[in-house]
Amino acid sequence: MAAIIRAEHLTHVYGQGMPDAATAIQDLSFEIEEGDFVGLIGSTGSGKSTLINHFNGILRPTSGKLYVAGEDMWANPKEIRKFRFMVGLVFQYPEYQLFEETVEKDIAYGPTNMGLSADEIARRVAQAARLCGIDDEMLKKSPFELSGGQKRRVAIAGVIAMQPRVLVLDEPAAGLDPEGRDNILSQVKNYHRETGATVVLVSHSMEDIAKYADKVIVMDQSKIRMYDTTEKIFSRAPELLEMGLSVPQVTKIFLRLRQLGVDVPTDVYTIPYAVKTILAAKAKKEAQV
Amino acid sequence: MDNKEMLRASQVRFRYAADLPLAVDGVDMHVKKGEFVAVLGANGCGKSTLSKHFNAILLPESGTVTVEGIDTRDKEQLYEIRQKVGMVFQNPDNQIVATIVEEDVAFALENLGVPPDEIRTRIDDAMEMAGIYKHRHKAPHKLSGGQKQRVAIAGVIAMRPDCLILDEATAMLDPRGREKVMKTIRHLNHDFGITVVAITHYMEEAAQADRILVMSQGRVVMEGTPKEVFRQVDTLHQLHLDVPQATELAQQLRAAGLDMPDDCISEEECAQALASLLA
Amino acid sequence: MIRDITIGQHFPGNSVVHRMDPRMKILLTMGYIVLLFVAANPGGLVLAGVLLAVLYRVSRIPLRLITKSLKPILPIILFTIVLNLFFITGEGEPLVALGFLKIYAEGIRYAVLMGVRIVLLIAGTSLLTYTTSPIALTDAIERLLSPFAKLHWPVHELAMMMTIALRFIPTLIEETDKIMNAQKARGAQLDSGTLRQRMQAMVPILIPLFISAFRRADELAMAMECRCYRGGEGRTRLKQLHLTRNDWAGCVVCLVAFGVILATNLVFQGL
Repeated sequence: MAAIIRAEHLTHVYGQGMPDAATAIQDLSFEIEEGDFVGLIGSTGSGKSTLINHFNGILRPTSGKLYVAGEDMWANPKEIRKFRFMVGLVFQYPEYQLFEETVEKDIAYGPTNMGLSADEIARRVAQAARLCGIDDEMLKKSPFELSGGQKRRVAIAGVIAMQPRVLVLDEPAAGLDPEGRDNILSQVKNYHRETGATVVLVSHSMEDIAKYADKVIVMDQSKIRMYDTTEKIFSRAPELLEMGLSVPQVTKIFLRLRQLGVDVPTDVYTIPYAVKTILAAKAKKEAQV
Repeated sequence: MDNKEMLRASQVRFRYAADLPLAVDGVDMHVKKGEFVAVLGANGCGKSTLSKHFNAILLPESGTVTVEGIDTRDKEQLYEIRQKVGMVFQNPDNQIVATIVEEDVAFALENLGVPPDEIRTRIDDAMEMAGIYKHRHKAPHKLSGGQKQRVAIAGVIAMRPDCLILDEATAMLDPRGREKVMKTIRHLNHDFGITVVAITHYMEEAAQADRILVMSQGRVVMEGTPKEVFRQVDTLHQLHLDVPQATELAQQLRAAGLDMPDDCISEEECAQALASLLA
Repeated sequence: MIRDITIGQHFPGNSVVHRMDPRMKILLTMGYIVLLFVAANPGGLVLAGVLLAVLYRVSRIPLRLITKSLKPILPIILFTIVLNLFFITGEGEPLVALGFLKIYAEGIRYAVLMGVRIVLLIAGTSLLTYTTSPIALTDAIERLLSPFAKLHWPVHELAMMMTIALRFIPTLIEETDKIMNAQKARGAQLDSGTLRQRMQAMVPILIPLFISAFRRADELAMAMECRCYRGGEGRTRLKQLHLTRNDWAGCVVCLVAFGVILATNLVFQGL
């Protein structure tokens, strides 16, 4: 598959030339393949937010290049809006961007800015609403009457309605209760599955990354430290812990098991896989007896 | 009445407006002095509403709420109650009043008319206890979320309260900030005997408590030690709540016929049980 | 980026001027303003300018900052000068006559004096804000006005509002930035189009901003109540303002300087 996003020596310095200039990302070169579900992890201040703000041109690189679908994003700065529609960015606490009288109108804001026909807008709003579990009754309501979790879903639908080829989400489940979390994330997964869009998920919750992402990018101190399949990343749990990141609790249990002298694999990061691994180990032990 | 009792709610009912359903619907509960109680429940289950009764921000529609035996409806003792029960809320930005950390920490004491010399010693103590003493001259907006939240905690413990209520105080923080805040809370609970009531969505935080209350639709539906509560995985799932992964793993292995304890709540317990099973 | 805007014009430092009690600084600044109008003669204004230059020097505030603070009010200064130039009629023949516009020597004199006076006025008050943090200013204003609280003026409430405003300005600026980015990500065009289009494009930013500000106000009010806030009555303060010997010394120095400047009135009386 072709790379949908390609970065070449991407660097961003805040306050370039000022005495308090700070390098947020430094010399990043990587590719994200079309159709992947990529998790992006790293502690606060590692440069994650700066990086994703480049993906749709909210920030402009200080140096280096960024290609989306093979095109140099900043070749013609006047055309930057084209990339904003191609890469949908959902910021943290996106419910604070809602402003329209009805949920329906708010979801239509992005498609309207794209200059689409009324029919096409209606079709997209309906599709985005369905994907995000928003029913007709909710569409007619004011967004300000909704609960926190519902508002969040409306805000995400507002981005999905633009049908971006890449959907980038910054902590979409922050502050929600466990059910709200699962709802949002499984809707993102649905969008990924149904449309084949690429998804980049930024999260502090390793459990969520483990459950949804196929590949993981690990950022630390303005650089990309690891970029691999989820399995391989979590098999390097000790390194992640060293960077001040956490790992899923099951992974910690398996790390501890190895310390206790039990021979189990290190790449365990989900519960179903953990169950399978333990059962296999148990069977093996019984076979030896 | 037991003088070891910190908070008590008896048959508390509350609604925000006459045409709205009850947000709290007949809650009976109590918290002992020095206890660390976690309150779990899906969004909208009434846990935040209930917590605001404990320092008379809200008054019950029926039933009674007492703080160390004082009825919260007693207007004469309003500031006594608010001094005994400190609240920390979710959004760290929206509870810091002053433009310098130490002045914010002093805010409550200034309101209470404490003499300046005493304010100085009490806020220095409070900032030490919350681990933000070295940031005392900074502007709040220059701090990280976790640091801001500890400023808010310091501002509350400067009142020398007997009880601290945390209304999802860690929900907006990153893992590191959350860990620091939880460490501060445990320190206050352990070393200073401050009673803690923590409303949270994080099961690992709840697992550290002495006791857990689970709320649903305005009522307390489960109560017990973390082990007793998390053992009931299916019930919790029905209430749209999670259990720690350690509990989940042990339960699934039991279901597959392995001899695992049904009350693992920490990774250490789970690892030990697995080790003895496999070694 | 919007975040780069600096709020207030405070330049932290540790000079004598910085350390002076803010109440004293406010009173002396007010005295200086009065002086500029009372000692309205060339000698007085020159000396007043010298005094200010010395104070800037002592507080280590670069003089070029004055030009920065003058820039926004330059039109007003020019307007005043022009007004004085053309509309002050002196005795004798006008120096220049352009139709109905006549410029007299007296007019030039007034125009120059007025211009210098405004520049000094701005530079003087700027020195106050450069050397005093907004918090200290708020505090000092509250205390200076405290006698009026007895007349039921809402002095404490005003000070509290100022403090909260200062506290939340950075937060709201950051928030505006976030909302702008979020709407840009949905294709909002904020920096192109006609004035009307631009105004319309602000709606998706202003509405969320207002809603957020109200929510914050609500939560803050509750947090303040939880911390026993009940207005200004019976409140104590962590930081007491005490006038030290240095403050009095500074005050005496300034008053002597003011006296000398005032004395120029006698010298220039005849002119």
